[in-house]
Amino acid sequence: MSGLTIPLEHVLLLASLLFVCGLVGLMVRRNIIFILMSLEVMLNSAALAFVAAGAHWNQPDGQVIFLLILSVAAAEVSVGLGLVLQIHRRFRTLDMDSANRLRG
Amino acid sequence: MSMIALIGILLGGGLLCCLAERIDKNLPRIIALLVIFIDLLFLLYLISGIPAGQFELIPDASNANSWLMHYKQDWIPRFGISLELALDGLSLILLLLTLVLGIVAVLSSWQEIQFKTGFFQANILWTLAGVLGVFMALDLMLFFLFWEVMLVPMYLLIAIWGHEGKAYASMKFFIFTQVSGLLMLFAILLLVFLNSQATGVLSFSYFDLLNNPIGDPWSTWLMLGFFIAFVVKLPGFPVHTWLPDAHTQAPTAGSVILAGILLKTGAYGLLRFTIPLFPEAAQNFAPVAMCLGAAGIVYGALLAYAQTDFKRLVAYSSVSHMGFVLLGIFAWNELALQGAVMQMVAHGLSTAALFMIAGSLQHRLHTRDMTKMGGLWFNMPRMGACAMFFAIASLGLPGLGNFVAEFLVLLGLFQVSPWLTVIAASALITGAIYSLLLIQRAFQGEPVEGRQLADYDLREMSTMGLMMLGLIWLGLYPQPVLDLAQPVLASLLKLVSVSPSILVGVSP
Amino acid sequence: MLEYIWLIPVLPLLSSVVLILSAGKLPGSVVSILGVGSVGLSALLVLSVVSTMLPSVEPYQISYWTWMQVGSFAPRMAFYIDGLSLVMMSVITGVGFLIHLYSSEFMQEDTDFSRYFAYLNMFVAAMLILVMADNLLLLYLGWEGVGVCSYLLVGFWYTNSANGRAARKAFVVTRVGDTAMALGLLLLFTQLGTLDIQPLMQAAELNWAVGSQWPTIAAALLLGGALGKSAQLPLQTWLPDAMAGPTPVSALIHAATMVTAGVYLIARTHGLFLLAPDVLACVALIGLATLLVAAFSALNQNDIKRILAYSTISQIGYMFLALGVGAWSASVFHLMTHAFFKALLFLAAGAVIHCLHHEHDIFKMGGLRSKLPIPFWSFLIGSAALAALPFTSGFYSKDQILMAAWEVPSIGPLLWLGGLLGALITAIYSFRLVFVVFFGDATTEPDRQPGWRMALPLILLCGLSIAGGWIKQPLSSVFPLSVSHHPSLSIEAISVAVPLIGLALAYFLFLGKQLNVSSLVNSSIGQSLHRFWKSGWKMDSLYELLIEKPYQIVTTALKPEWADHFYHALVDLCQQLNRLLSESQTGLIRWNTTGMVVGLIILIAVAGGFV
Repeated sequence: MSGLTIPLEHVLLLASLLFVCGLVGLMVRRNIIFILMSLEVMLNSAALAFVAAGAHWNQPDGQVIFLLILSVAAAEVSVGLGLVLQIHRRFRTLDMDSANRLRG
Repeated sequence: MSMIALIGILLGGGLLCCLAERIDKNLPRIIALLVIFIDLLFLLYLISGIPAGQFELIPDASNANSWLMHYKQDWIPRFGISLELALDGLSLILLLLTLVLGIVAVLSSWQEIQFKTGFFQANILWTLAGVLGVFMALDLMLFFLFWEVMLVPMYLLIAIWGHEGKAYASMKFFIFTQVSGLLMLFAILLLVFLNSQATGVLSFSYFDLLNNPIGDPWSTWLMLGFFIAFVVKLPGFPVHTWLPDAHTQAPTAGSVILAGILLKTGAYGLLRFTIPLFPEAAQNFAPVAMCLGAAGIVYGALLAYAQTDFKRLVAYSSVSHMGFVLLGIFAWNELALQGAVMQMVAHGLSTAALFMIAGSLQHRLHTRDMTKMGGLWFNMPRMGACAMFFAIASLGLPGLGNFVAEFLVLLGLFQVSPWLTVIAASALITGAIYSLLLIQRAFQGEPVEGRQLADYDLREMSTMGLMMLGLIWLGLYPQPVLDLAQPVLASLLKLVSVSPSILVGVSP
Repeated sequence: MLEYIWLIPVLPLLSSVVLILSAGKLPGSVVSILGVGSVGLSALLVLSVVSTMLPSVEPYQISYWTWMQVGSFAPRMAFYIDGLSLVMMSVITGVGFLIHLYSSEFMQEDTDFSRYFAYLNMFVAAMLILVMADNLLLLYLGWEGVGVCSYLLVGFWYTNSANGRAARKAFVVTRVGDTAMALGLLLLFTQLGTLDIQPLMQAAELNWAVGSQWPTIAAALLLGGALGKSAQLPLQTWLPDAMAGPTPVSALIHAATMVTAGVYLIARTHGLFLLAPDVLACVALIGLATLLVAAFSALNQNDIKRILAYSTISQIGYMFLALGVGAWSASVFHLMTHAFFKALLFLAAGAVIHCLHHEHDIFKMGGLRSKLPIPFWSFLIGSAALAALPFTSGFYSKDQILMAAWEVPSIGPLLWLGGLLGALITAIYSFRLVFVVFFGDATTEPDRQPGWRMALPLILLCGLSIAGGWIKQPLSSVFPLSVSHHPSLSIEAISVAVPLIGLALAYFLFLGKQLNVSSLVNSSIGQSLHRFWKSGWKMDSLYELLIEKPYQIVTTALKPEWADHFYHALVDLCQQLNRLLSESQTGLIRWNTTGMVVGLIILIAVAGGFV
């Protein structure tokens, strides 16, 4: 493999940035759609890190894990969207703060 | 093995009761009665196999083979835990009391309990099994296990079949006993740990722990751990407050077992474990313990007078009477100890009977409030006569068991501390005040017009008669019980030779 | 004969048990035969025992079984019969039999006839055990047994709660004394190592010096028991109220037998009391004070039974006085004669009450002399004996007491004078009773006459009240001989004259009306004195104020169970903590996530060693 190679550090930096973006989104957003999307961003940042690492060490494992994450993300989205629908039906809103039944 | 069978019969009988309820609602109590009866017969059969001379031998407290019966089987050898059960005269007295009162308890629930009869009787049998275990277990871990086994079914008895305030009362009972049990568990673990460090033997066996080399300050703390656990159960002042609530709310059979048997496990624990395991610490602590006992006597009697609830009055009288046990145990001489043992038996009978009367009144009048009673002698002379008998027994009439017990305790105590004796003897007066007030409020006075009440029938009268005979026998010829306990108490006294004379003594 | 001695208490006990077990199902005649017959048989047995043992009464001891044995403490179920026990047994079974016979008519219309006899028989059994006991613990059994029977019988008519209250009062007040006595027992055993009375007395004499600490304390504690049972100051308040019971009960328990148990106890343990001269002096002074206090109260009562009750307290005061001055046999002599004439008076009063529709107030009676001849003559003879008129039984016994009091060094004349004053008042109140009830204008009409079962005991007791003074008691071997040089004839003469003066005064005050009693009473000081004495010197109110009220206040104050407040505070603390911590559970996803992230960062930092 030749040509332009992006240094691993850059990719990992990008992945971290994406992860932090997702995390911050998770912590500050109240809309469940955005929360789900933030989750997706976090998952994908992790997946990116795996791919980059796999490429760096010439190992297939990274890509295997990427596929795993992809399927997990898909499953998560389907479950998540189901929850979204339920929550919308129950609370007539997508604001997650209204679903605070676990308050002590 | 046979001792495990004694417990196993009751546990299995409980399961059988649960199953029997599906066939017929009335079947479980018959089964429960039979099971306890069989257990009693089995116990008597076991005793009959012991050579008569053995009963008079003073058992060597640290040598298991000199006891009446002994059984040991490895259970969790890694931690030195074994299935170790043993029987001596003291345990035997209490076992017999337990089974007899068990029969009484089942009989007292005959008409009262109509709801989930199978589970009710099962709980009674399981509690009894736990109590039997407590009286026989000599492995501390096993002892703790049985201690908990008797607690849970008792909790269920109050929580499911109790009266109006059962949730509060059962929870209070549970927490008090559980917290104190936890203290005991800590003490047990620490004791075993310290002992193994000192001697290199990791064992929960009573016999291995008896002559433990643990000194101050640990021994005092450990002793307190055991002491508190047992004194809560006894109950001693000021940790008695669970008792009036639990007694008042429990169904009759529950009260009978609580007052008659469960309280005695506390006394038994003090006698068997607290003092022998930590003789010096216990001796130093004795003045405090005796003051607590005296305080309990006075306090219980005063509060009994203030009650309007029949059962609460009897419950507080129990606090007062069990104060004598605490005093007797910590006075630690033969007279006082014999008195304490006697009091366990006599109080078991007299208070159980009073609770049964309270239960029958509640069953007939749907109230325990004495201000709503009065003149009941007119409606139910037989019940009135029974109540009179047991009230007079509980105020300590000579010729009945309670007097023998209280007099022996006072006599032993007098050699240790005359002033505490004077305080304790005040119970003779205050006891008369509340006992007679009970009779007056419930049975004397103007009868209510047109009140139709069923007097005691044959079943109830025979139960009462049994207990009356028991008390008269204990009062006029207590020697069999005294003889049974004597060697055990002598061996305990040998373990701890000096009696506490910190308070002013009069001995010449 | 003597080997059957156990039957004496067992027969009434057995009859009592049978009556209790029969639960009122037996016909009245059977109950009567059982109840009266058992005591009658006991009386016959006592008679034969007396005839076997007389003239020289050698103490007889028999042991049945060891009650309990713990170490060296081994009281036995054993009887000890000597002259003193014999006198008591004769009085209990003899007078007891007459009262039982009387009761069988007096109570026959009561629905609880058999319960009555069950209690009464049980009482006789307990009383017999008390006087026959060989050791103090068995004596204590009888002692408490009679207390319980007294409680049961005072509260016999239970539907009236005032009776129940009187019964409880009787039991609790005497229990105060009993507790002191129990402590005395503890002390005696701890110090001397036995409770058997005869060895105990010997050990006390051997080990203790006269007037030293231990005998004084022990005697004082036993005296406490005696004061309670015998209704002496300051524990006398229960006896007047105990009149709530049926009248034959008052005759048997609260006049003839139980209340004299205190006298018996002190006489029985006189060896100990001789070692405690201070306590003995106390006994004399208490006796004197009681006899005067009660006599004044008796003078001011209107209830026929309360007059007799106070008079009983007063007469037992004489017995205590005698004990206190060491005139043991005089005391027991007065005990016996008092049992005769006071039982007679109570039974006669019962007959009057019985025939007058349960009327108790003497001022609503009057002129019954001819209408109720037997009660009248009984009353007359009984009152004469009570007032110690010459040649009645009471005269001989009271005379002995007064003479013994006179002989005491230093305070003797004072005691004598006090006793004399008591005798004067006794004469006044006893004849006040006779004059008011049986003379004057007839105001009520009796609706029946006593039958033979009531009349016979009255007649027999009349005989005993007169002739009882000539009975010679076999006490010479029991008590130390008292050296008596007879006081001068003038002292003797005054003692004889005083009751006669009292009789004359009573005549002038209540019958002849030469002295105006109403003007005396109606003056302001007279009124307040009358009220003061009538209420028994306000002792009841005093005790109510000093003991009953504080007791109630204390118990009510304790009732909320203050110990529980501590446990509830613990529960509250847990709940507060829980509330505090549960604040952190917002239920917000954002909050949870942030918490998780912060936690992770901290964990990583810690793991990385940054902190």
